[in-house]
Parts: sequence; structure tokens; C-alpha cells
Amino acid sequence: MTTTTLPNYLEDKQGKKGLMVWLTTHDHKRIGLMYLAALSVFFIVGVLIGILMRLELLNPGKDIVDPQTYNSLFTLHGVIMIFLFVIPGIPAVFGNIALPLIIGARDVAFPKLNLFSWYLYMFGAMLALGTLLVGDGPPDTGWTFYAPYSVKTGTNVTMAVFAAFILGFSSILTGLNFIVTIHRMRCPGMSWFKMPLFAWALYATSWIQLLATPVVGITLLMIAVERMLGIGLFDPALGGDPVLYQHLFWIYSHPAVYIMILPGMGVISEIIPTFSQRRIFGYKAIAYSSLAIAFIGYFVWGHHMFTSGMSGPARVIFSILTFLVAIPSAIKVFNWLATMYNGSIDMKPPMLYAMGFIFLFLIGGLTGLVNGALAADIHIHDTYFVVGHFHYVMFGGTGFAFFAAMHYWFPKIWGKMYSIKHATRAFWVLFTGFNILYFPMLVVGIMGMPRRYYDYLPQFHLPNEISTVGSWITVLGLVYMIVVLIQGMRKGEKAERNPWHGLTLDWQTDSPPTLENFEEIPTVTEGPYEYK
Amino acid sequence: MSTNSQQPEVHHPVIHRDDTAKKLGMWLFLFTELILFGGLFLVYSIYRYLNPEDFSNGSHHLDVGIGALNTMILITSSLTVALSITAIQKNKPKLAIGLIVFTIFCALLFMVNKYFEWGHKIHYDLYPGTELFKALKPGEGLFYVLYYFMTGLHMLHVVVGAILLGIMANYIRKGMITHDNYVLLENGGLYWHLVDLIWIYLFPLLYLIH
Repeated sequence: MTTTTLPNYLEDKQGKKGLMVWLTTHDHKRIGLMYLAALSVFFIVGVLIGILMRLELLNPGKDIVDPQTYNSLFTLHGVIMIFLFVIPGIPAVFGNIALPLIIGARDVAFPKLNLFSWYLYMFGAMLALGTLLVGDGPPDTGWTFYAPYSVKTGTNVTMAVFAAFILGFSSILTGLNFIVTIHRMRCPGMSWFKMPLFAWALYATSWIQLLATPVVGITLLMIAVERMLGIGLFDPALGGDPVLYQHLFWIYSHPAVYIMILPGMGVISEIIPTFSQRRIFGYKAIAYSSLAIAFIGYFVWGHHMFTSGMSGPARVIFSILTFLVAIPSAIKVFNWLATMYNGSIDMKPPMLYAMGFIFLFLIGGLTGLVNGALAADIHIHDTYFVVGHFHYVMFGGTGFAFFAAMHYWFPKIWGKMYSIKHATRAFWVLFTGFNILYFPMLVVGIMGMPRRYYDYLPQFHLPNEISTVGSWITVLGLVYMIVVLIQGMRKGEKAERNPWHGLTLDWQTDSPPTLENFEEIPTVTEGPYEYK
Repeated sequence: MSTNSQQPEVHHPVIHRDDTAKKLGMWLFLFTELILFGGLFLVYSIYRYLNPEDFSNGSHHLDVGIGALNTMILITSSLTVALSITAIQKNKPKLAIGLIVFTIFCALLFMVNKYFEWGHKIHYDLYPGTELFKALKPGEGLFYVLYYFMTGLHMLHVVVGAILLGIMANYIRKGMITHDNYVLLENGGLYWHLVDLIWIYLFPLLYLIH
């Protein structure tokens, strides 16, 4: 292929000026970057709130905030991190940027709808943050908005659930767009099983977004209506059933857990073969296991409610189904390890983050099984063990996969390279801080410390101190990483088209690509990982 | 992955039309709408199971006559929207516009009926918040809450569907929907059929089962 003379997508203004170049764009790469900008801001807000919470927990008793403020802090931390960062996360940013590139398309199927999704996302995000500023204070229900408390509290819950409703709608439209894109826009020769695994992961994710999100949409709408009209859909005093709310909430929110992790697994499935220069082991097994996780993920929601009142047989069935999800997840992990075996492994930052992902996801996944076991769950339900578990999966899993993707596609996005040396160091700081921050939570949870309290008994002091120190190291790592990346973006050396020697189509076009991605639509003849 | 460059070089964006993609997108969207209502159907069936007598009492107070009339109106409108697609396929834009206008007329008729139906109940103070409503048994209260919620959400869809069809009629007038490019009208029609379909489930659930 010859070098193109067309300007790249960062420079091609198409006759527009200033911010309008971005705010009216239909280009998937720009929309992806707009998501990245917004997500980074919300992520930093979420981290700051997390730091405040950890500071409060440094010592028993009151350190810096009172109990009511703490309730609002953990609610906002959850809402921001889950609805604004982790759920949209990888699909909205890297799905948008990379999906058309890796399947050899010029854009997604519905570019205008794609921009509309971004505006919906921003509108929902503004509403969510707006709960801080207007009304009777930010919600204090936890991110799950459990009834009947969420119906009775005087705080600004209505606005927060409406925000979540809008964000869900944005997520549905992104999923719809990706499904149609994958069905209709693969380049000539790219059959389903010649498609890169990131596309498979996004495909499975999109189906969950599409089929699960409306349930939470209608549920949250019911909460909002209940608060506004004073009716009793979930209020036992008026004949409603609060456990039904929990069911409806988790019918969406458990599949949503796989909306969070599947795209991350897709990213890892791209990085491992590239940095091992080896054909992926068990391509079909990885592709099918994404679909299997998406499918089984629908039927496990009850494991969030083992202690809320459910019949014995129902609990046993939900527990067994929960264990089943571990199988496709383990299939992926073993296939990644088998891919690395005998490969020429290159420990560049994306690969480090990918391996960090495997390690942390392993801990997160196995502790998940402990939660899914009926007898153990009675003991650890609503303790810090659960908090530790889901931070290992969401931050250690999805978060690290997000960072891996950021380091992997960085040269493609900006056409420049960050400092490999400093990015490697930042990884180690972050990885160390992460474990110091979250591992003590698992321990203190087993000791019996409940979650969602601003205070704790004196015997839990030491692990909490360690954890708070870990939060400082984690932030140091994050700041280090962000500084390295921003430096690379501004002053980095020019990156070549294919710095990692990858074989997928995204690496066969310019860095950064032009608005049309490819001069001519490529034709593929073999699978995406045929390393010789 | 190896690439080959045998195709002619294209430097300009190819404006390509993919009707299948547009229809696929619409069908996926309709799935999400069904699941949105599915959540309500689930809540309805569970509360009906828990309060069978109260739900039966509640449904006795709904006007089956108006409900049946509205069902007929909506089914007729589904027919006319389907006919309008056939009309545009046969290159008769004026007929197509006429049929769409008739469909929108049906939508208005439906809403007028609903206005009288709701108005009647509200006249008797049968709505959340009143003393009468608070005096109801919990199950009956839930029935009416679900009645207002489900038919209200459905009516919102009727309004959106009617607006969409109005836009389609305008597109036909402007020549943006023609006999060889009518996927937008098909999608509008699909949405209207969904509105119809949901009503066909709502009608027996709320009015007929005693």
C-alpha cells in the first residue's frame, strides 16, 4: 500500500471551525475520542471520591466526613464509576475507535446515531452529576437504588435514576449500532471466523446491552414514577414487593457485569497474540465462550439475593448457574496462557497490562465463586469481601483492560508513541498500589467488616490503614500513567503504522488513519492471527 | 492478515445504501421496546399471581366497550400503514400519503377514546393520591397503578408513532421516499405495528381477564 496524501482524521477539518469539528462529527474515531475525554473526567471524579472514602476509613470513628455525607459519597462513587465509566468504557471508546478499523470498514453502520448516543451519554452524565448541585442533596441509596428506601429517602434519587435511564438508552443504541456494523460491514473475505476476537467480544456485549438494558430502564422508571406519584409498586406498605425490585434490578445489572468484562477480554485476546507473535490458541473456543458468557449471564442474577428471601431450590439453581459462568471464563484464561506458551513474548506496556489483567481477574473471578457458593455467601454477604471481589473484577479486570487498550491503540490513535520506559514503571506502581489497596479488603471482609459504613470496629484498623495507604500508591500510579500518556500525545516520537507488528487490519492503515480509514477497502484471505 | 490491492482505487466516500442494515437496526430496536414492556408484563403477572381477586375486581371496572373499539381502531390503522407501503412500492405516492394520514387519524381517534376513558376515572377520583384510591385494597391499587402506567406508556408510543408517520408522509411529499427507496417508511410501519402489537396484549391483560 502506498502512503496516502490525505490528511489524517485529527487534522481533517472538513471546512468546520473550532469545537464544531468535533461536536458535529460523524467519524467513529472522533466520537470515540470524545467519549475518552468525557470518560476520563468522570473517572477522575470517581477516583477522587474513592480517595475521600478511603481517607475517612483510615481510622475508626469520624475522620473527615459525617455518616450522611459518606452515604452520598459511596452512592456517587458507584453511580459514576459504573454507569459513566465501566459500562460505557471499552465499547464506547475503543469499540468506536477500533471496531470499524479491525473489520475493514469506513465507519459504523449508523454514524449519526453514534453521535446521538454520545449526546445522550453526556446528557445522562450531566443529570447524574447534577444531583450534586440541585434538590435535597445527592442520593444516599447506594448505586443499586434498592426499594423501599429509594422511594422514601428525601435525597435526589429521582434525578439519579432518570440519569441512569438515559445512560442506558445511550448504551442500547451503541450496542444496536455495533451489531448491525458487525453483521453488514465486515470487509470482503472476512467471514465470522476470520473476524478479530475483539469484534466477537463486542458482538456478545452488544447483545447484552440490547436485551438487558431495557429491563433496568423500565424498573428505574417505575422507581421514578413511584416517587413522583406516591404509588406503591415496590413499597410493602402499599402492597408492593421490594424483593421484586431487586429481581428486576439484577435481571439487568448482572448481565451488565458482563457488559463490563467481555470487551476487556476482547482487548486481551488482541494483545496476547500480537505481543507473543503467535497464533491465538483456541480461536473458536474464545469466540464461543464470549457468547456463552453473555448467554449464561442472563440466568444468574439471583445470586445477588441469596440473603434477601428466596426459596431453597431457587437458590441452589442460581448458585449452580453461577458456577457455570466460570467455565467459559476459565476457557479464555487457559487459551491466553496457551497462546503465550513458546511464543516470543515482548513485555511492552500493553502486554504488561494484559498480564496484570489475567492475574487480577483470576483473583476477582475466584473470589466471585466464593460469593456464589450458598453457605459461604451467607457469611460474606454485604461485607468488604464483596467490595474487594468486585473491585478486582471491575478495576483489576475492566480497568486494566481499558488501560491495556489505551496503551495498545495509542500509536494508532495519535500517530505518536509514549515513553515505553516510563509507561512500564507507571504500570508497576499502579499494579502494586492496586493490590495493597484491595487485597486487605478481602481479608477484612472475611473477618466480618460490613460494607457501606463510615465507621468500623477497632480490630479492623490495621487492614484499613494498609488499604488507605494502597489507595495513595494507586493514585500515584494513575497520575504517573496519565502524565506519561499526555506527554506521549503531545511530544512523543512519531509512531509507525504498525509498531507492535500486529496482523489485524487496524495496523495495516496509516497512524493516525484518514477519515475514510482505508484508501481502499481491504480484502482478507486468512484469519487475523496467522503469525509465521 | 494479508491484504490485496486488486480493487480499483477509491478516494472518495462511496455513498452506499444498505436497506438490510437499516431494517436490521429497526428490528433490534423493536426488541428493546418489547423488553421494556416485558418488564411491566412481568410485574403485572407477579402481582396478579399474588392478588388474584383484587386484580379481578379492578378489571371489572374497566370499560370493555371502549377497549374493544380502540383495539379495532389500532388493527385497522396497522392495515392502512401496511397498505401505504404497498402503495409506495407501486409508485402511487398520493395514495400512500392518504393512507398514512388515515393512520394518523386512527391514532388521534384512539387518543380521544383514551382521554374519555381516563377522564371518566379521574372524574371519580380513581387515581393515585386521592382518598378513594388510598381506601382501595392494596391489590386493587396495584392494578390501577399498572393500568395507568402500562396504558400511559403505550399512549406515549402512539404519539411518537404518529409523529414518525407524519414525518414519513412529509418525506414522501418531498420525494425522499420513493418507489425504489422506501426503507424509512417500512421502518416507520414496523414501529406502528409494534404499537399495535403491544396493545393487543394490553387489552386482554387489563380488560378481558377476570
